[in-house]
Amino acid sequence: MKLFQALMAATALTLLAGAAQAARTDLVVGVVLEPPHLDPTAGEAAAIDEVLYANVFEGLTRIGSGGEVLPALAQKWDISEDGKVYTFHLHTGVKFHDGTDFDAGDVKFSLDRARDEKSTNAQKGLFAQIDSVEVVDPATVKVTLKQPQGSFLYNMGWGDAVIVAPESAEGNKEKPVGTGPFRFENWARGSSITIVRNPDYWGEPVALEKAEFRIVPDAAAAVPALLSGDVQAFPMFPADAVDQVRDDPRFEVVIGATEGETLLSINNKKAPFDNLKVRQAISHALNREEIIQGASNGLGTPIGSHFSPGNAAYVDLTGTYPYDPEKAKALLAEAGFPNGFEATLKLPPTPYARQGGEIIASQLRQVGINLRIIPVEWSDWLDGVFKQKDFDLTIISHTEPNDIDIYSRPGYYFQYENPEFNKLIEELDVTSDDAKRGELYRQAQEILARDAVNGFLFELPKVGVWDKNLQGMWHNAPIQANDLTAVRWAD
Amino acid sequence: MIAYLLKRLLIGLATLALASMVVFAVIEIVPGDPAQMMLGMNATPEALAALREQMGLDQPVVARYLAWVAGLLTGDFGRSFTYSSPVIQLIGERIVVSLPLALLSLFLSTAIAIPVGIFSAARRGRAADTAVMGITQLGVAIPNFWFALLLIYVFAVWLRLVPAGGFAGWGNGIWPGIRSLLLPAVALALPQAAILARVTRSAMLEVLGEDYIRTARAKGMPRRYVLWRHALRNAMIPVLTIMGLQFSFLLAGTIIIENVFYLPGLGRLVFQAITQRDLIVVEGVVMLLVAAVVAVNILVDMTYALVDPRLRGRA
Repeated sequence: MKLFQALMAATALTLLAGAAQAARTDLVVGVVLEPPHLDPTAGEAAAIDEVLYANVFEGLTRIGSGGEVLPALAQKWDISEDGKVYTFHLHTGVKFHDGTDFDAGDVKFSLDRARDEKSTNAQKGLFAQIDSVEVVDPATVKVTLKQPQGSFLYNMGWGDAVIVAPESAEGNKEKPVGTGPFRFENWARGSSITIVRNPDYWGEPVALEKAEFRIVPDAAAAVPALLSGDVQAFPMFPADAVDQVRDDPRFEVVIGATEGETLLSINNKKAPFDNLKVRQAISHALNREEIIQGASNGLGTPIGSHFSPGNAAYVDLTGTYPYDPEKAKALLAEAGFPNGFEATLKLPPTPYARQGGEIIASQLRQVGINLRIIPVEWSDWLDGVFKQKDFDLTIISHTEPNDIDIYSRPGYYFQYENPEFNKLIEELDVTSDDAKRGELYRQAQEILARDAVNGFLFELPKVGVWDKNLQGMWHNAPIQANDLTAVRWAD
Repeated sequence: MIAYLLKRLLIGLATLALASMVVFAVIEIVPGDPAQMMLGMNATPEALAALREQMGLDQPVVARYLAWVAGLLTGDFGRSFTYSSPVIQLIGERIVVSLPLALLSLFLSTAIAIPVGIFSAARRGRAADTAVMGITQLGVAIPNFWFALLLIYVFAVWLRLVPAGGFAGWGNGIWPGIRSLLLPAVALALPQAAILARVTRSAMLEVLGEDYIRTARAKGMPRRYVLWRHALRNAMIPVLTIMGLQFSFLLAGTIIIENVFYLPGLGRLVFQAITQRDLIVVEGVVMLLVAAVVAVNILVDMTYALVDPRLRGRA
């Protein structure tokens, strides 16, 4: 026991000594998934952007903590009268991490590479409207679109649209070379990825000298990792485990919003779901509060359409078809199913789907719809449900930002077709005025809610937990990224 | 002895050949498109086709199998779809965690189990034996991830003697590496030790009932000498069998412990590869593990012969 006391005293002394020194400049961030590789332009995995976006790689524009479009490598831009020509004025004196210069040629290279026939960019659609990219001079790039596109500047802020150099692009999967305020230092596969401050950064230097993204895949391991001080921040903490640290004065717990609309997706072309009354009945049968409690530990905002409550154009449509089992039964009877029917519910492996699925099955049973639950693996889900549309119902969170346009895509797995809605999306595409876009977004949300296309459940929460002395962590996740550029330790 | 060894080797090779076919076939029929896994829900059909061509997935199955086996024979395990680095390099990075962890656990487990088993057998039916058997029963029953979490809370969170998880790497010397493997090794070793101790005890009890033990005692040999010299040696065969099985398990089956301690071992590599449909990695690692199990079995068979001279004559 003597020894133990001595150890404790020594620890306390070390801690005090540490406090007397200047603020620390290193940080260990816990992440659940390891990126498969480190090139944001060649893969869908959110884990890639969660390490590299804004830290190592930058685009022409960037998305800020509130989801707004900010200048990045382009310091400003002009848009032609007809909305088709964007002239980007680039920062000068910018260098890539390997010492090569950044200029307009790199922008042209990156955009052309992303939209090339051989491109393996996961979000090729972002570049579909680009007609040509011209280098005007080393600091000016002119992008001509096939038709005006209201979301073009936003699109250029995605991780998939970051600017890479022809000299290093091929090697980015293993050794990413960008222009950002952090340089990639080391990837101990399976363990951690380390980035360090870029001393030659063109903009405002970051406060952290070193940041390590440590891969902690297990929710049970995340809590002790925090408590022991090994990891000081979890931007996406497992919702189930948050009660264990919520009352701990050493940590700050921030519940923010993501862009993840969690849906009970419905196969709109398959009988009996092609019947609006059946879909309305399903919506009436869903008790969102209960689902959120069970699927997400009570965290997450109920939604009534496919839109993030964090967005300025959001309308609360949860009252369109409120929870009312009697009404649901009546609608089913009207649709010709007085005794209900049987269907399947395919569940991908995420906790919100597996846990939420049980609750939804029991809620639908109350109104006579008997669901057979089929758990599926991710790749199976992508292949069977998403690609081949072989499903009745499934639960999934659509985490891409601002993705309401998926309902207008031909052949998308919901199999929803509504010319009125498609027209709205076309109009949105060519509108760049923010007020007008907001109005169109509102109309689009209302159509989807009214048509009960899917069971709209809740917006996935972003549960952030970090040391209370840490400042500048993002509270919301308008894009899937852990932007550390403003993070610092309090003095 | 040579014939015995040759026969074992041939059986081992046949097992490997068969395993390569089964592994390849199973992975072939599992649903899921690796290209779609990598590019996700928003990928355009051309992007998918381009990636599939890049990964060689547009080739017929038999051609891919033959190319893969030919590669294995020359030590070329192919290139990971997702990591885009050579599979052999990925395995190399992970085996420097998994192999030391397995050896450390096996060492701890054996060092605890054999003395405990002998001790218990020598005191059959007495209070000490009952107590030991009770504890080992508990050790067999406790799930090892739960035990691992308990260890983490005590030694990492409360006492702060070791890190809560992660692997420090071998780059900074032996000690930081060993230090990050200590808790996982204990968490793996104790349940294994419980099983091994029970096996040792029952094997010893069986031997202790034999006539030659009574004869040795009757000759006036000291009890201790009889126990270690005559009984243990004859009880080793079942113990070695279990140790062989445990080592194979420790090398491949530690995925849960690797997750709890977020260690970059082989188990997690194969788990990640399966979820990402990185087929070539799954195939490579599984083949390596099959090879390891076969090798361990041959080794165990050889030690049987060392322990029991009667086996040496058999072919």
